[in-house]
Amino acid sequence: MKELTIISGKGGTGKTTVTAAFATLATNKILADCDVDAADLHLILTPKELSKADFIGGRGPILDGEKCIRCGECQRLCRFDAIEFTEASGYSINNFACDSCGLCALACPEKAITMADTINGQWFISDTRAGKMVHARLGIGEDNSGKLVTLVRQQGKLLAKKENRELLINDGPPGIGCPVTASITGVDMVLIVTEPTLSGMHDMERVHGLCRHFDIPALVCINRFDLNLHNTEKIRNYCNRHEIALVGEIPLDQVVNKAQVARLSVVEYDCGRVSQVVREMWKKVEKELDI
Amino acid sequence: MIIAIASGKGGTGKTTIATNLALVAPAAQYLDCDVEEPNGHLFLKPEIDHRRDVTMSIPKIDHELCTYCGQCAGACEFNALAVIGKKVMVFPELCHGCGACTFICPEGAISETSKIVGQLETGSAATVTEKKLKFGHGISKIGNPLTPPVIKQVKKLVNDDCFTILDAPPGTSCPMVQTLMGCDYCLFVTEPTPFGLNDLELAVGVARQLKIPCGIVINRSDSGDDQVKKYCEREAIPILMELGFDRDLAFAYSKGEAAVSKSLSLRQEFQDLYEKIVAEVEK
Repeated sequence: MKELTIISGKGGTGKTTVTAAFATLATNKILADCDVDAADLHLILTPKELSKADFIGGRGPILDGEKCIRCGECQRLCRFDAIEFTEASGYSINNFACDSCGLCALACPEKAITMADTINGQWFISDTRAGKMVHARLGIGEDNSGKLVTLVRQQGKLLAKKENRELLINDGPPGIGCPVTASITGVDMVLIVTEPTLSGMHDMERVHGLCRHFDIPALVCINRFDLNLHNTEKIRNYCNRHEIALVGEIPLDQVVNKAQVARLSVVEYDCGRVSQVVREMWKKVEKELDI
Repeated sequence: MIIAIASGKGGTGKTTIATNLALVAPAAQYLDCDVEEPNGHLFLKPEIDHRRDVTMSIPKIDHELCTYCGQCAGACEFNALAVIGKKVMVFPELCHGCGACTFICPEGAISETSKIVGQLETGSAATVTEKKLKFGHGISKIGNPLTPPVIKQVKKLVNDDCFTILDAPPGTSCPMVQTLMGCDYCLFVTEPTPFGLNDLELAVGVARQLKIPCGIVINRSDSGDDQVKKYCEREAIPILMELGFDRDLAFAYSKGEAAVSKSLSLRQEFQDLYEKIVAEVEK
């Protein structure tokens, strides 16, 4: 079984648009939405939930006000400024600032703080018109998104094995931090979707740096390539220099938004030249993946 | 006054709004909190006059004192330490720098050393008036998965005398929450598409939990559908600005040119946006 992750560095370059199109073109695959804090793939693939489970991301502190003697040791030691104090209600934990490190629980002389499992979100296995999909929803403002991405990928792999699928396609998150790292480590290939803007190029180079850091082969696709042909040429040169296969150049066309509003992928909706380019791109990706 | 510019979904135009607003607002400070992919500098072209590393503490084991009791590994919630036989292993990329291991070690065998997680750069940039704009951004080191320590350092640059604009990272998890905490107002930039709306709803949820008032900018307002507007009406969230798609401006953006330096009418629109934000905060 092979695994492909679609990333970009910069957000909004078209990761999910490309993933949804690949989802409808690939035959023998499982899908995983690894953008767990702003997941969008389900908006196109309209999944029917088959199973659902809580995501226990770790442990978090609970303060028992009855036992607290207001010694302030927890506040003094906390490096995340997560312990708050008011004369009226004593000490409390600000869950947004808290990093769940447990130091306060270790240090409390009265054992007024204990660590308990926290539910940070949910994950699902669903059926879609493009096949089965593993996806998740991180609770609002919750952390541990990297762990949830790892869980989604693991479940995707298990499902692919069970159903004898040859490919797992992961829709990745933007950035280069913890959830991106969790969505690319150990995959067979990543596809970087970029655009010919200074931001898009700057971010592509950083996320490509991350791929090199983990020694993962990368492909590149340029979205809205005709917005700035001079920059597109620079991306082509970058790919040449780094021996990256440039698998597609998608034109800028507002029809892509129309497909999204119709909840269809750009190969299901008639997007003219865009549909055609994405189809050809998929063939190249299949070849690169050797499937 | 501290204003966060956020979105949920990436690529809706956070940096476009944040940089253009910074260029017209009087006594402004622009701080890029999207430390994984900072882009504001591409448009503001600041002169950097100060650069330093951002570090965090990681444990250092004194093998002379260590008795391999394993309490440090037991205390670490992030599995950043392991004790196997007569060996202690530290995994710096998993460490959150909380100090629990140092605290728990009965032998005093753990001290702390620092690890570089990114860079902080500060300086100033020219605006559309004679006044200079204060600039700061964080750049997380490639391969460092933990970005909140870098964001925290960027936020320490906040100057209370300024109209401070924080350019937030996309998403709704810890880096975005870290940016929004303590802000007076949050401006969400969205686009009128199903993806834009879905992620906007999640992001508004964060602002509400943090009890931060918010407003909306609809970018590429002439595409997609009317669902974002209906949502704003339903939730009583003010729409402070609407920007249509303009291929010339998209081209200018692709070259790193700020919209307000290209178009006088847009300069006026951003000045109006500034005034609306101030009025909203003072409500």
